[in-house]
Amino acid sequence: MFELIFFSLLNGIVTGLLLFMLASGLTLIFSMMGVLNFAHASFYMLGAYLAYTISIYLGFWVGLIVAPILVGLIGALVERYGLRYVHRWGHVAELIFTFGLAFLIEEVVQFIWGKDTKAYLEPEVLQFPLFTFFGQNFPAYKAFMLLISIGIFVMLLLILTKSRVGLIIQAAIHKPNMTAMLGHNVPLVFMGVFGVGCALAGVAGVIAGPALGTFPGMAVVLGSIVFVIVVIGGLGSLTGAFVASLIIGLLQTFAIALDYSVNDLLTVMNISFDADSALRDLWSLSLPQIAPILPYLLLVLVLIFRPTGLFGNRET
Amino acid sequence: MSEIAKTAAAENSVPFVKRYAVWIGFFIMLMAMPFIFSSNIGLYTMNLMGIFIIFALSYNMLLGQGGMLSFGHAVYFGLGGFMSVHFMNYIEDGAFIFPMWLLPIFGGLIGLVFAIIIGSFSTRKAGTVFAMISLGVGELMAASSLIFVAFFGGEEGVSGDRTMGPPLFGFDFAQDIQVYYLIAAWVFVSVFLMYLFSRTPAGRMANAVRDNAERAEFVGYSQRKVRFVSFCISGFFAGIAGGLFAINFEIVTEENLNALTSGVVLLMAFIGGVGFFVGPIIGAVVFTLLQSILSNYTDIWQLYVGVLFVLTVMYAPHGLTGIMMMHTPAFKMKRLGSLLVPYLRIGIPTVCFMAGIAGFLESIHHVRGAPVDETMMSLIGIEFSTHSVTPWIVIFLLTVVGGYLAKTQVSQFKDAWDTANDPNADSEGASS
Repeated sequence: MFELIFFSLLNGIVTGLLLFMLASGLTLIFSMMGVLNFAHASFYMLGAYLAYTISIYLGFWVGLIVAPILVGLIGALVERYGLRYVHRWGHVAELIFTFGLAFLIEEVVQFIWGKDTKAYLEPEVLQFPLFTFFGQNFPAYKAFMLLISIGIFVMLLLILTKSRVGLIIQAAIHKPNMTAMLGHNVPLVFMGVFGVGCALAGVAGVIAGPALGTFPGMAVVLGSIVFVIVVIGGLGSLTGAFVASLIIGLLQTFAIALDYSVNDLLTVMNISFDADSALRDLWSLSLPQIAPILPYLLLVLVLIFRPTGLFGNRET
Repeated sequence: MSEIAKTAAAENSVPFVKRYAVWIGFFIMLMAMPFIFSSNIGLYTMNLMGIFIIFALSYNMLLGQGGMLSFGHAVYFGLGGFMSVHFMNYIEDGAFIFPMWLLPIFGGLIGLVFAIIIGSFSTRKAGTVFAMISLGVGELMAASSLIFVAFFGGEEGVSGDRTMGPPLFGFDFAQDIQVYYLIAAWVFVSVFLMYLFSRTPAGRMANAVRDNAERAEFVGYSQRKVRFVSFCISGFFAGIAGGLFAINFEIVTEENLNALTSGVVLLMAFIGGVGFFVGPIIGAVVFTLLQSILSNYTDIWQLYVGVLFVLTVMYAPHGLTGIMMMHTPAFKMKRLGSLLVPYLRIGIPTVCFMAGIAGFLESIHHVRGAPVDETMMSLIGIEFSTHSVTPWIVIFLLTVVGGYLAKTQVSQFKDAWDTANDPNADSEGASS
C-alpha cells in the first residue's frame, strides 16, 4: 500500500507539473487578452511533432531547444496576423478563431506527419531506472521531466516577479492603456507573451511526447484537461493554475491506482443488489473507471459553486 | 431560401399566398427534391442535410440569437438519439404501440429535460463561463457514455429497427425515400416553429440580452430566465434532430454526443452565418455537401473544411449568408449586373490560385501516402504521374500566376464594388 501511494504521488506530481507548463501559458495569455486559447494544446502537439522530426536528424537535445523556439515563433505569428485581426469582431469570434485553429492544426499535423503514432523516444542516456523501490522501477526520464518542469516554473516565477520585463508584463496585464501611455509597446508585449506561452506548451510537448505518445489526438486528450485546470484554479491566476495542476495530476493518478468500486462500498455496508437491473453499471462503478470524468465533474462543481475558481478574483 | 429573412418585413395586410410565399416555396422544394436527386447517395445526403438543418438551427438559437457560445451542444442531440433508439427497441419488443414517425418527440423531450437540468445552472452567465460549463458538461457526458453501458451501449452504441412500428398510410420506413419524407416533414415543422419562436417576445428578448444584458435587466427581464428559455427550447430541437438521426441510421453511438459533433455543429452554424435565421440552414447544406461530395474525391477534405472555417472567422464573421446579404443594396439598386465582369476578373485567377494550392496539397498527399511504385494519380479526372516534372510546373504556375493576377485585380474590384453600392452614383454604374 505504501509503495502504491509513494509512486502515485510521484507520478501525480510529474503529471501535475507537466500540466502546469501548459496551464501557465494559457493563464498568462488569458489574463492579457481575455481569450481562452483553445489551440493551446495544439501548440503542445506541434512541439512534440517538431521535436520528433528534429530528433531524427539532430538528436533529442537539439529538439528540446529548437522545437519550443519554433513553436513560439508560430505562436507569435498566429497572434500577430490571426488573433489581432479577429479581435475587431469581439471576444466570441476570438474564441471561435482559436477553436478553428485547433481543428486546423490537428488536420495540418495529420497531413504532414500522418495519422499513426510516431516512434518518438526518450534519449538513450535517460533510458535506465533511476531507483528501485519495493521492487518497482522509477524511470530516469520521469525524473528528468520533473526537473525540467520545476526549472521552468522557477524561471517563470523569477522573470515575472524580479525582472523588468516581468514588471512590464504585469503592468500590461492590469492596465494596458496606462502601460502604453508610459511608452511601452503593449501589442509587442502581447505578442511576446503569446509566443512564450506557446513555447512553454511546446516544451511540454517535447518532453511529454516520448512519455505519453506522439499521435494526432494528443492535443484533444490534454486540451480540455488544461482548460479545466485554468478554470478551477481561477481564470488569470498563476498560483491557482499551479495548485489546480497538482490537484488534477494527483487526482488522476490516484483514481487510476486505487481500485475501489461502489460494489466494495456496498459489500462493506452489507447491501446486496440485483446484478441484472438497469442500474447495474452504477453499482459496479470503480474508481479507475470514473477517473477520466473526475476533472470535468470538478469543473462543473467549481463553476456552479465558485465561478471565480479557487484563487481567481474575476468572473468573465 | 434567403428570402425567409425577408418575411420579417412582410406586412400583415398582404394576401396569404404572398405572405407565406417563402414557406410555400420551401415546402414545394422539400417535396420536389427527391425527384431531382433520386440516387441513393442523393437521398442519403439530403437526409443528413435535414437532420443537420434542425441541429444547426437549434444551435443558432444559442449562439446567434442568444449570444451563448456552446461547446457541448451534441449532448442534447446524442441523448435525443439514444432515447429514440431505445424507444424504437421498446416498440419492436411490443412493450407499447406507438407510431414510429412520432419517435423524435421522445428525443426532443429528453433533450428538453437535460437542457432544463443543465440550463438551470449554466445560463447564469453568458460568455466564457457558459462556454466552459458547456465544454465541461459535454466532456462529462462523452466520458460517462463509455461507462454506463446499459444505456449508451459502450463503444458499439445502440442499434434498432425502424420498420417495426405500426405503418402510416402504408409507410413502414423500409425505404430511404420514405425516411426522406419523414425527415422533410419534421424539418418543415421544426424550421417553422423555430422561426416562429424567433418572432415571439421571448425570442426577441433573447436578442436583447445578447446585445446588452444589463439594459435588458433594467427593462425588467431577468437575463438568466431569458437565456434559460432559449436554452431549453434549443435542447428540445437538438433532441428532435437526434431522434431523426436515430431513425435514419438506426444506430446511435458515443460519437454522436462527443466534442467532435459539438464542433461540427458550431462549424456549420458559423460557416453559414450566425447572424441570420437562414444562416445555419445554408451552413448545414454546404457542410453536408462538402462532407459527402468532397470526401469522395479526397482524403484531406477535413483540412479544406478547417481552412474554410478559419478564413470565415477571420474575414467573413457573418458567414456565407453575410456575404450574400452584402449584395442586397446593389441588388435593390439593380446594379448587380455591373458587378459581374469585376467578379469574373477577380474570380478566375482566384479559382486558378486555389486549384494550384489544392493540387499541390493533393499531390504531396499522394506522394507520401501511396505505395512506392504507384506514381499515377488522378485529380478531378486528370491522370498524371507525380514523379514527372510537368504537373509540378503546372501546379506552380497556377498558384503563382493565379495569385499574382488575383492580387492585381483587387483594386478594380474594390472600385466597382464602391460604385455599385454608392447610392448617389449614376444608375448606369461603371462596369469597368
